[in-house]
Amino acid sequence: MTAIEISNVQKRYKALQALGGVSLKIEEGEFFGLLGPNGAGKTTLISIIAGLIRSDAGSVKIHGHDVVSDFRAARRKLGVVPQELVFDPFFTVRETLRLQSGYFGLGNNDKWIDEVMEELGLANKADTNMRALSGGMKRRVLVAQALVHKPPVIVLDEPTAGVDVELRQTLWQFITRLNREGHTIVLTTHYLEEAQAMCKRVAMLKLGKVVALDTMSQLIRRISGSQLVLHLPHNSLPEELQPLLNHPPEDNKYSLRINDYAEVEGILARLRQGGISIDEMQLQQADLEDIFLQIMDENIV
Amino acid sequence: MITTGFRTLVYKETLRFYKVATQTIAAPILTAMLYLLIFGHVLSGRVEVYPGVTYTAFLIPGLVMMSVLQNSFANSSSSLIQSKITGNLVFVLLTPLSHWEIFSAYVLASMVRGITVGFGVFAITAWFAHLSFTAPLWILVFALLGAAILGTMGLIAGIWAEKFDQLAAFQNFLIVPLTFLAGVFYSIHSLPPFWLAVSHANPFFYMIDGFRYGFFGQSDVNPWISVAIVSAFLVVLALLAIKLLRSGYRLRH
Repeated sequence: MTAIEISNVQKRYKALQALGGVSLKIEEGEFFGLLGPNGAGKTTLISIIAGLIRSDAGSVKIHGHDVVSDFRAARRKLGVVPQELVFDPFFTVRETLRLQSGYFGLGNNDKWIDEVMEELGLANKADTNMRALSGGMKRRVLVAQALVHKPPVIVLDEPTAGVDVELRQTLWQFITRLNREGHTIVLTTHYLEEAQAMCKRVAMLKLGKVVALDTMSQLIRRISGSQLVLHLPHNSLPEELQPLLNHPPEDNKYSLRINDYAEVEGILARLRQGGISIDEMQLQQADLEDIFLQIMDENIV
Repeated sequence: MITTGFRTLVYKETLRFYKVATQTIAAPILTAMLYLLIFGHVLSGRVEVYPGVTYTAFLIPGLVMMSVLQNSFANSSSSLIQSKITGNLVFVLLTPLSHWEIFSAYVLASMVRGITVGFGVFAITAWFAHLSFTAPLWILVFALLGAAILGTMGLIAGIWAEKFDQLAAFQNFLIVPLTFLAGVFYSIHSLPPFWLAVSHANPFFYMIDGFRYGFFGQSDVNPWISVAIVSAFLVVLALLAIKLLRSGYRLRH
């Protein structure tokens, strides 16, 4: 069954085209990543899925329910963790979770609320006012709020931005467990290694368009084999080695594609010939970051 | 049908003002007390109201209704603007609550606050004059209608305003003048013809006039006419508020 079906969604803010016809299908039980630089339209897309923003054209369905015409059913299936650290200063953690639960029609939900608080390390803060919590704790409450109604589809918009290592681990353990139990997870993140570790499939957005959509393993395979990362003096890479570049150099860091370790010898020989000194050298397996940079570079719209 | 979601939102909206009751209940009661002491003292015997009714007795229902109206407006408008500005309105917007449920929950909670403050003002000021209760049902009907109207106006203002100063402008340039010019402190029959006509165009006048009829059995306008005008006004405002909520105006842009 399709968890989220996005068909040709468009959104424009005056002169700015935030989303230019996005179509995606996310299947039930997937762990899906939505990646892209700032301003790519990730949050706009999530807001449209959540019904916080109306799209100009196109439609979104959650478990077959349209998010506009059948919003009640759609929203019951969806839990959203917003990016902004928002909270209601009038209430304690437990009150916040009970209220959220009530909005979804669940009057007596304390057993699950206690369990969620326990899992997220909030149990000893249950009766603390939201104002008195640290940023990390507020983030946990946001996650808990998204889960009070046990939604089959969970969307997390940058859940680990500005979050300490401990919470990141707690959070990922819990999210992984939910995914194992059958929940569909959609995640946006700036941390590519996080996406690489967690997501089975990703879509990359750039300027409101999907520029890549594939499984993580297929994407990684796109940059075949390994890469040789060289720190060289500025603009010193010889002409004939330029085609091997995975993406434009950053800070004199050149990342060259190699299929075979034997190729390393040839590259080094060429550099020696040119009298170019190597400041630093690393052999790496290609990772998502390289693919990301490559795709963002290829699709200059 | 009364849903758990609706009940929860009413509960949250009442709990919100109850938690800061000093500011939301006690303070407006004190303000009304001050009005009574100052105006009651200064104007007693100088302003001609109804035959057989002292000025202080005349003033009390006016102050009670003014408190009901202002606090009903304050509740929904301040709750919405705070939630919009701090961003926590998403917690409501992400839920399956319909625009009907959101509308009625915000308005009902506003009515609870308005009536609570009104009752508090009445309980304290009633000691200062001899009041009669000629038609208690009218008192109740106009209090509820007035509270519902201002709760709805607060909802509309809260949806429309994007900053605190916009909301303050709505309150200072619309709500306060309409309330003060509605005959809280005087009978409009003491006004010159032009201002009498202007007062008749102010829907707030009918709420206060009808409310006062319940006490004294005397009013500037027949209460049946007032109740018809006030009810029509409520229907128009409620339709507007529901239309705004349904369209997502400034909430789901």
